[in-house]
Amino acid sequence: MNEMTIRGKLPSAEEITLIKKFLDDTTLFLGPDPEIMQNHDIMPRTAIEDAAIAQVSDAHTVAKIRDRIQAGCDEGYEMVEQMGAAPGAKWGDVITGVYSASGDLAIASAGGVLIFSALVHHPIKFIIKNWMNDPTVGVKEGDGFIHNDSRYGNVHNTDQSMIIPIFHKGKLVCWVASTVHEGENGAIEPGGMPSMAESPSDEGLKMSPFKVVENYQIKRDILTFLQNSVREPKLQYEDMKVKLFACLRIKQRIEETLNSDGPEALMATLRLTMENVRAEVKRRISEWPDMTVRTYIIQDSTLRENCVVKINCKLTKTGDRLIFDFRGSSPEFTNRATNTIVAGLKGMLAQVFLCYVWPDLPRGQAAFAPIEVITDPHSIVNCSYDAPNSQSLMSIFTGFTAGQHAVAKFLYSCPEKFTKVHAPTFNMINTFIWGGVSQHGETLGNLCADLNGMGAGATANRDGEHALAPIFATMADIGEQELNEEEVPFLQLVSKKMTRDAIAPGKYRGGQGYTMMVATKDSEQWGFMTTAQGAKIPPIQGLFGGYACGTYPLSKVKNVDVYDVLMNQPEKFRHSIEEIMNEQPFEEASYSTHHMGMGFEISKRGELFMISQGAGAGYGDLLERDPVSVIKDIEEGLMSPEVAARLYKVVFDPKTLAIDFDATEAARAAERQARIARSVPYAEFIKGWNQPKPPAHLQYFGCWGDDVGTLYMGSADVTRRGDQPRPNYMMHPKDVRIAELEARLEAVGAMGNEKK
Amino acid sequence: MKIPMTEYLRIDLETEKWECRVCDHEIAPAEGNYKEGLLVHNRDPREIHPPILDPERYRFTFSPDPEWVRILEFCCPKCGTQVETEYAIPGHPPLWDMQVDLPALKAQWAARGTEALPDAGPAVIPGRGHSH
Ligand SMILES: [Zn+2]
Repeated sequence: MNEMTIRGKLPSAEEITLIKKFLDDTTLFLGPDPEIMQNHDIMPRTAIEDAAIAQVSDAHTVAKIRDRIQAGCDEGYEMVEQMGAAPGAKWGDVITGVYSASGDLAIASAGGVLIFSALVHHPIKFIIKNWMNDPTVGVKEGDGFIHNDSRYGNVHNTDQSMIIPIFHKGKLVCWVASTVHEGENGAIEPGGMPSMAESPSDEGLKMSPFKVVENYQIKRDILTFLQNSVREPKLQYEDMKVKLFACLRIKQRIEETLNSDGPEALMATLRLTMENVRAEVKRRISEWPDMTVRTYIIQDSTLRENCVVKINCKLTKTGDRLIFDFRGSSPEFTNRATNTIVAGLKGMLAQVFLCYVWPDLPRGQAAFAPIEVITDPHSIVNCSYDAPNSQSLMSIFTGFTAGQHAVAKFLYSCPEKFTKVHAPTFNMINTFIWGGVSQHGETLGNLCADLNGMGAGATANRDGEHALAPIFATMADIGEQELNEEEVPFLQLVSKKMTRDAIAPGKYRGGQGYTMMVATKDSEQWGFMTTAQGAKIPPIQGLFGGYACGTYPLSKVKNVDVYDVLMNQPEKFRHSIEEIMNEQPFEEASYSTHHMGMGFEISKRGELFMISQGAGAGYGDLLERDPVSVIKDIEEGLMSPEVAARLYKVVFDPKTLAIDFDATEAARAAERQARIARSVPYAEFIKGWNQPKPPAHLQYFGCWGDDVGTLYMGSADVTRRGDQPRPNYMMHPKDVRIAELEARLEAVGAMGNEKK
Repeated sequence: MKIPMTEYLRIDLETEKWECRVCDHEIAPAEGNYKEGLLVHNRDPREIHPPILDPERYRFTFSPDPEWVRILEFCCPKCGTQVETEYAIPGHPPLWDMQVDLPALKAQWAARGTEALPDAGPAVIPGRGHSH
């Protein structure tokens, strides 16, 4: 067909103005606003703030008020943690914060998940921009707004926020918000983080910020609609009330300050806290060496299928500028849920600094404000409005690790440090998400707080701690399983027992993860899902010669009722995944292993689902590890004697574990020589190793080598430019399997004469 | 002045070289990739992360899949110290992980002076270079 060019008359300037006015006046849909969503810096100082600072800027007054507001936030945090109904609330997956009148997070509670509140400034700014002056909405004293859609600013839509404006004598002085990982949100799978979601429409409730409270009362009609949209209606109500009352308590504390010191003092404190933190961060960055650090982290699945998904990170520091460049990371998946909005990535990178590098700084938005982030559009770390993102944790956590790994290489030479140089912490939510009808007849959908038990990375002077804390909340808890079991119809038959030999070796080893074995007991309508990567490729890197963790699969034992076994033949039961799977003690049962992206699966009474939490990365050359520490790890069941002897080259008596120090030294010297013997010079090595394209046997997504502008999309032949989005569809894994099986039938001529 | 950059590497600002902190071996030009002066071994990840489940029977064993990922082990050619590891997709070119701006590093340390040197390196030293 011939190419036709039809060009119309260009509109005049006057007409363009008219068209723009028409479009502005007739916005059909107030979707996520890129102007708000792409910006993580603090807003410019307002005239009112300027005037307030002119009146109050004494450092002691500011510090006093900041501490009072901080205490108020902590009080609100305690309330949510104590009263919240969601398991996430009980174990610290909550936060509270105070935001400036322009919407910036100035002060967050000391405990809790910082990233939550670090992202709530987006919906507040949306409210300011769109609802404040809208005659059908407005922002008044006594109002409260709810929000959960990550595309308007959030990690994922399982987290819900309550946002209230604070007025003094009729004038807006600040905002208060509380956020909880609620779990249930009416998505395609229970628990709020569906990995089966293939579009945003599969992800359940998508609440843009809207008013749900008036005169400090929750509006019952809207509440009922929300309850009607989720699997846990009672929890929806209870936690909306809890968040509202926590906000009101913080409001009370703010009013005490307003009455004693006046609104200028409060506004000056919020503003100066942010400005001072921002300036201090720039000063600290300027102390780092000017350098570019490169790293990448691999996601080995979309949670639906195994494939290789690259998170590419180049971190450059020049003077007082720090730039995270994530270009070259995988394209977004059009129909997989592991994408994240870029704000989520930034919120998580902020946690690298506030939790692991500069924990002494006031927790707020300002610490990350001056740091720059570059991404490709429609990539897995900056996904579009139309891409599902309910499993964004996969990309923000691996993005976090890339950041944590890169930052460590800058910190080593800095004379001024605020924490120890730190190898990456484990980053996957290896836990059971569950749902169904409980033994009390309640419909539930949520998760075990064991996701909080991630193993810590080793530091420059000591081992990582076991099952310490999640990367998103350094002060969270893993909860009391026995309390959980009063409400849910399953037991963790083995819980919090370290998984032996699932190690991250080094001079200082990573903190290890523990085993979880669950089995349903008192419900015929109950199931589990797991949503983690890292069953084929470790999701972290080691530091300075240390190793990463290994990989973590899901194991299942079916056609067994272990409760019957425990009742009738208890001697058959084993207390480790290793023994159960390798010894297969239950006759007739079937034993299988899987990657960690198990879609929601109904379980039968007494079937075993078994996983392990992961280890943080190791630090330094393992041959430098103190032999005494190696033996201690054996004694504590972290490592088997054979593995310890083979890897660490410690010579010891297998019966008494007494160390032969001289023989150990000799064995280690020999191993160093053996290393030199088996290794080859770099230039020679890359001749045999380097390939121009990703391997043909892997479904690979992202850039390859130095060419960050070309993104592979599942094969060595399909690419897109980093800056030119293209759809990136995955086939249904069952269709892939059916096609494989049909090809085999075809090959043996067993397809019959099926019509096409 | 010699600046400790990692657990096992330092940069000599006078000679402009990466050096091994264990054996003083001169590794590579400081403006380049230190890995170019090291030896490399392509390690099967199963040797470091041993299978916990029987690999004869199970697809997933707690060991990384050696066809999906390898561990590149970089060691000092003189003393054999393992300086860095890189978990790499088979065939993926090793990363130039630390690309130092040498003139800036020199200027930074000229301004800072040797007095700050004992604080560089692994530890947070209470009361030094850290004030509130
Ligand atoms: Zn050496």
